[in-house]
Order: sequence, then C-alpha cells, then structure tokens
Amino acid sequence: MTRTGIGLRAALLAATLALVAAFPAHAADDGEVKDFLLDNGMEVVVIPDHRAPIVTHMVWYKIGSADEPPGKSGIAHFFEHLMFKATTNHAAGEFDRAVSEIGGSNNAFTSYDYTAFHETVPPSALEEMMGFEADRMRNLILTDDVIKTERDVILEERRSRIDSNPQAVLDEEVDATLWQNQPYRIPVIGWMQEMEQLNRPDAKAFYDNYYRPNNAVLVVAGDVEPDAVKAMAESTYGKVARGPDLRPRIRPVEPEQNTKRTVTLTDARVSVPSFSTQWVVPSYRTAKPGEAEALDLLAEILGGGNRSRLYQELVIKQGIASSAAAYFQGTMLDDTNFTVYGAPRGDARLADVEAAVDAEIARVVKDGVSDDELERAKTRYVRSMIFARDKQDDMANMYGSTLATGGNVKDVQEWPDRIRKVTADEVKAVAARYLVLDRSTTGYLLPQQQAGN
Amino acid sequence: MSMVLSRMDALPSSTRAEEGRIYRAVVTLCFALFFLLLPALAARAEMNIQEVKSKKGITAWLVEDHSIPLIAIRFVFDGGSAQDPAGKEGLVNLMTGLFDEGAGNLDSDAFQQKLDDAGAEMSFQAARDGTYGSMRMLSQQKDEAFGLLKLAVNQPRFDQAPIDRIRAQVLSGILANERDPNTVAQQRWLRAIYGEHPYSRSDQGTKGSLTTITADDIRAFHKANFARGGLHVAVVGDIDAATLSNKLDEVFGDLPEKQALAPVADITPKLGQQLEVNYDLPQTSLQLAWPGVKRSDPDFFAAVLMNEILGGSTFTSRLFSEVREKRGLAYGVSSDLVDNKHSHSLLVTTATRSDRAAETLSIVRQVVKDMAESGPTEEELAAIKKYMIGAYAINNLDSSSSIAATLVELQVDKLGIDYMKRRAALINAVTLADVKAAAKKLLSVTPAVMVIGPPLVEVAGGGKG
Repeated sequence: MTRTGIGLRAALLAATLALVAAFPAHAADDGEVKDFLLDNGMEVVVIPDHRAPIVTHMVWYKIGSADEPPGKSGIAHFFEHLMFKATTNHAAGEFDRAVSEIGGSNNAFTSYDYTAFHETVPPSALEEMMGFEADRMRNLILTDDVIKTERDVILEERRSRIDSNPQAVLDEEVDATLWQNQPYRIPVIGWMQEMEQLNRPDAKAFYDNYYRPNNAVLVVAGDVEPDAVKAMAESTYGKVARGPDLRPRIRPVEPEQNTKRTVTLTDARVSVPSFSTQWVVPSYRTAKPGEAEALDLLAEILGGGNRSRLYQELVIKQGIASSAAAYFQGTMLDDTNFTVYGAPRGDARLADVEAAVDAEIARVVKDGVSDDELERAKTRYVRSMIFARDKQDDMANMYGSTLATGGNVKDVQEWPDRIRKVTADEVKAVAARYLVLDRSTTGYLLPQQQAGN
Repeated sequence: MSMVLSRMDALPSSTRAEEGRIYRAVVTLCFALFFLLLPALAARAEMNIQEVKSKKGITAWLVEDHSIPLIAIRFVFDGGSAQDPAGKEGLVNLMTGLFDEGAGNLDSDAFQQKLDDAGAEMSFQAARDGTYGSMRMLSQQKDEAFGLLKLAVNQPRFDQAPIDRIRAQVLSGILANERDPNTVAQQRWLRAIYGEHPYSRSDQGTKGSLTTITADDIRAFHKANFARGGLHVAVVGDIDAATLSNKLDEVFGDLPEKQALAPVADITPKLGQQLEVNYDLPQTSLQLAWPGVKRSDPDFFAAVLMNEILGGSTFTSRLFSEVREKRGLAYGVSSDLVDNKHSHSLLVTTATRSDRAAETLSIVRQVVKDMAESGPTEEELAAIKKYMIGAYAINNLDSSSSIAATLVELQVDKLGIDYMKRRAALINAVTLADVKAAAKKLLSVTPAVMVIGPPLVEVAGGGKG
C-alpha cells in the first residue's frame, strides 16, 4: 500500500539519507574502492562490482546553486541543461544517441553543492563515454539560439516543479526564511525573474570558471578494474588542460538566529493542513567530530520511520496524525537543516499535531534517548549499508556526493564505525543544542476557508 | 531544502499523480517495460534462472547470487483492486496496509518489533490486477524473516485498531488531494474513458466506501485471493535451491489450493472525446490517449518499437525533439504504452505554459499524425532496436529487488523461463512495414484528449519561441 503523500516522501528521504555513507569493502578484491588523482587535478574513485556487466560513469563538478553569482540564480542548473548541446566535436544529440544505441541510460542533476552527469552502459562503452564527457567539459558551443530555447525549457520546469505545487511554493519561501544569509536560501532552479534574464555571457563565464578537471570528481562503479579505468581516464580526461586554481568555496554563513519565524501559505488546492519546523545545524563537513553522526541518529530515533518516537506517539498512540517524521540532511558543504513535520488526521487540529511534535522534542532534549533505541537505530543504519551495496548507482552517489562536499573516500568507509561510537549522551546533547523552538523556522500549508474550485 | 533537479524526471505533474489509478497505470507501465527490455539479460552473462519446485508444489524462479549477504523475494497473487466489491472501493489497498500490523499471536507492535530485529523490510501493494508482496532480508537472519513472512501471509490478524488507523491514513490522503486540480481531473478522465468498469474507480477508495469496509470483508478477500493457484514467486540472492524449496513450503505451502476471484471484463477505453478541466493555473497539462496493444498480440513488439521512437524513454524521441529540444515548450513530454490486464492504451502526456498550450497540442498531434501516416525511418528503427535489446540489463537488473520483480512479471505473462534468450530475435524480426502498420492502426484513431488549465487560447502563427 502506498501510504499518504508525506509519509511516502519521508520514506524516500529516509532512504536517501541512509545512503549518505557506505559499507566497508568486504572482500579483498571485489568491492575494494580505489581512488587517485590525474595529473590535471581530476579526482577519480573506482568502485568495482562484478555482479553484472554494467558500469555507472559519473562526473561530479564541485559547483552548485549555492556557488552562483548574485542575481544569477538558476545558472548552475541551466548550465547543466546546456551541457547536452553541440560541441566542436559532436553535434547536438550525438552523445544521447550514442548512449541509447547501446541500450544505455544517461541523465544529469544539479543540487546546492554539486552538478553531476552520468551514464550507465556496458563496460565496453566506458571509454567512449569518457571521451564524450571529457569533450563537453571544455568544447561546448553556446549560441544565443541554443540559450533561448533551453531557457524556455527551464522556465517550464520551474512552472512544473514549483508553481504547480503549493507545497513546493511554500518550501521555497521557508528556505528563504530559514536561511537569512547563506546561499541555500535561493532555490536550485532559480527565481523566475532572474532565470528569465540568464544569457550567453553568464553561461560562458560559468563554464570557464567551473567546468575544469581540477574541479571535477570522476566516479566509476561496476564491472571494471581500477587499473583499466585509470588508463582510460588518463587518455581522455587526462588530455584536458588543468584550469586556474579555484578559490576556496567560502560562502556567507548564517548570523545568530534570535527569533521564531513562521511562513504561511493558504491555497485553494490544499485540503489538509500540514506544517514543518526546521533548524540550522552543522553538516558532516562543518560539524565537530561526532556531532553530525549524532544528528543522524537523533533523526532516526525521533522520526525515522514507523518505529520512531514521532510515528509511535502521534500516529499510533494518540491517533492525531496521518504522518509525523524527522530528517537530517548531512551531506552538505555548509551548515544544513534538521526538519520535523506532521499532518493531522480525522478531527485532530494542526495545532494539536504541532504541540505533540514539540512535546516529543522537549522530551528528547530533557531525557535523551534510551540505549535500546540507540542500538536499534545504529543497526538500521549499518544494515542499510548492506542493502546499498546491492545497487551500483547508490554506491556511486554516496561517494560522489561526499567527495563533492569536502569529504573523502575514508570518510565514507569509516562512517559505520563512527556511527557505532555515538553515545546516548551525545544524541541528547545535539538535541538540546540545536532543537530550540524559540529559534526555529516553521512553515504552514493551509486550506482556504471555502472550497475554491 | 532537498531539491535535486534532474535533466529529465518523471515530474509529479498530471499523469504522474499519486492518485490511485494513474499511479497504477504507471506501475503497470513499468512492468510493461520490464518485458520489453528483457533479452539484454543475455548481457548479464552468468545469470542463471532456476525453476525451484517445492514438495508441496510451489514453484519459484531463483537467481542465486552469493556475493552480497542478502535475499530479495517478490510474489504476486492474481487479483488486485479491480476485485474491490462495488461500494467497498479501497478494500484491497487497505488490506495491503495491514500485513505488518499483526499476525499469528503477535500484535501490531510485537510484529513490527520482530521485523526490525530480523533486519528485514516487508511490503505489500495492490495493483489493478494483482496483489504484490516483497521482502528484503539479510541472509544471516533469513529464518526469522521467512518466519515472519509466513505469519503475515497465512495468519494476518486484521485487528480493528490497525484497520481504523490505516483507514484514517488512507482517508487523509484522499482528503488531501480532493482539491488538487490534477487529482480531480484524473478522476474525471478515468470515468470518461472507462465508464462503469472497475478501472474507472480509485483503488484508494472514497470517503464513503472506506467507512463501509469491515474486518470480515478484508478477511474474506484475503481468503479468496491468497491461494496457491494464483501465485507467482521470484527470489534473488544468497540462498540455494534446496533451502528455498523448504522456505517456499513454509511460507506458501499451507495456503488453499484455488482462488475465488470475481471475473473482470475486458474494456476498450472510450476515445474520440475531449475533456476540458478548467483551472486558473500557470501551466496547462495535456493528456492524449490512443489505442494500445495486448501483450499477446502478434503486433506487440512493432507497437513497442513505434512507441519508443514516438516518445519513449530516450532523449532522442520525436516528441522530445519537437516539443522540448526544438521549441522549449515543455520540460517533460512522453508517450507510454499502458498495459493493464483488461485494457490497453497509448498515452501521451506533457505540461506547457498555458498561453502556448494550443500550440503544443497541435505539435503533439502533428508528430503523431506524421507517425501514423509515414511511420519511422529505417534508421530510427535500427537505432531503437539496438536500444531495446541493450537496455534491459541496465534498466531492470540493477538490483536484486528489480531482478525479482522482473522475474515475477515474466511468470504473470507466461513468457517462459527461456524468454530472455529469445527476445532479441523477436525484436530483430520486426520489419519496417510491421512498425508502419502498427503506427497506422493505433494512431489513426481519434484520441481522447484532456486539457487541465485555463481554456485553450488559439495563437496565430505558433511557431518557434
């Protein structure tokens, strides 16, 4: 059964978050992750997995929407789209056709801290993929015509993703409120009026600054040998000249928050109200040792699934919520967010649900978590790493996102050990330090009083 | 703050709404893709599918893989939400929410605790014409996990408290979507094309129908549905045939022999109609349906190849090129063969800025018309055959769970354990004339069209933006 929307979303998020780290290699040869650097500064990670003759090839650029110049919101994502256009060596669509002809799949994605391009193909096509990918790193042809048509595509994408969805409209403005100074306040897709003005010089400058081998991480997962990957990478990516050194990714950080902020959207398309409360917390990169791991465990114990406190208390015991959960987004370059949310069911009011969520937060701050809860949460995380090994692209995503946000291969591999070391006191301490209701940001999604069809 | 944007996603736009039936259509479509793409399984060279038959006569297909310590099992009982009795819509879906809510002498809490202890993930889903179950477990703890699965399958408790709770959650979902334009529009669409057939109903049920469902209704359906006669099972991972044979008897061996299902009629969707669902929205969703093709139809692969060229999953399809790449009219546009057991259609969907919706609609129609009249080129056909043959392993065998899902669908469709070896030849045997004939047959029909958004505004000139 597919449970209600928010619950499903939570499950997906939990799954994603659980993949933030990896399982240590289990056999001597198979699965032993290798990493090295090309002479031009490009980082390479190889994750052998010989169960099927398939390879996932990804290039991660350490550039995301949070690195955009002021007033140019959406350029990182727009540029991701432009990367599929013609180059000096290949006509537009040639790369796509080469992938589809061999039954492969390809796509790309953009987030706050990175942009990634990926293909999944038979191993015999790996070098060809590297050739195409190395080519478009530097040889893109950007004309005004190409820019204009693709800009229309991203404007439609914004209408599809944001404007057609009241929850997305609210989330965008909650983010802009949670983050007063840090660039995570700006949506990845961009603000409409700025997207409409993105142009060729913007794109060209962005390309020249960031699409360089010394700003990229190559991740290859699948039926390959690290030595062979190295040779192929050297003969393709290795030929691309190193770019100028990039400036460190130092972004504006949040000032101290002294207020409780609320953002409310009332919309005719909404029938059942819901809320979410967020706090600014450290990420794996910005946290003191052990703190991010403790936040991961706190999220799992408080609201990680059907066994969590929020679900047990609000959905099962009190019976006032259709969903209630928590999550922590640890793999970010800068400070990140910790979120709780819920929606009422039956005759319960949104205020009842919010008060009950607040009560659970107060309880964990005051009394901490039990050893039994902690052990179970740890076991679930460690188990999820075994399940993750069953899916090649999950493994590739773990390493890619970690390396693109300032981590390294060891950070991924040692994560289960670091999780195991967290104590109940440490979980209580991060709850007390960060989950302070007087310094939080809450978003409310509310129905209009009258049915508004 | 969780936004990751992809170059092309299945957006939560009109046709991807989570609302019952369309969601099911998409699920069914995925299954369609599974067998479309199968033969490339040959690419997974060492994958050997064994047929395992237990002492009590349960058959399963098994792929042994001992490289990772986990086991995935998936199974289906024929008969899904189309079996919901009139007035009790939502029954099968509600039932599938209750298998981890208590079984045998374990109540809901005790069962879930044991499941967590066993390190296993269990889920059940209602499709239109099948009730699916799956479990993923660590092989070290397979005895505990299979033991819980046995309890869930054979002795679900269907206690009143969990029924009321899960029902209330389903109801919240229905209420939450009742003013969502796409949900409202999809319900009207189903009614328009399927009339009174069970496919026109929401598999989640309605506010009225959910309240009438009793524990006895659920028990009765469980008894009628969970029988060996309608069961198909696939298992992938760290388990050998002899061990699996015993587990099959443990989990399924004591079920009744025969199912007692209500007959469901075949239905031809009513095309040749236009629905306008007017809302003041910044973006207009368009949905067009043509006839589809049966799995057992001799034209099956000809239609599949044609659909892939028209608007399939690659970035090189005609619709993608004309609507998005050349004109920037939409982020997503695609055509899908919707393959339900009792009904088939070819569905084109897109969403576009409202002031250019009329232009987009006319371009979609023109692309379809060209395909109907002239079919694809020899080059397009050759390229898409290579794609279809090569893509199977990559798209469908990328995890133990997806392999198991694929093997279950092969059994449902009675395609045979050697089907994967034969599939490439079946695709290669399709001629250009076959594909042209399929295009003409399906796409010359006047489609059903739905427009969700402001009333269409005809724009003079149209053309490139």
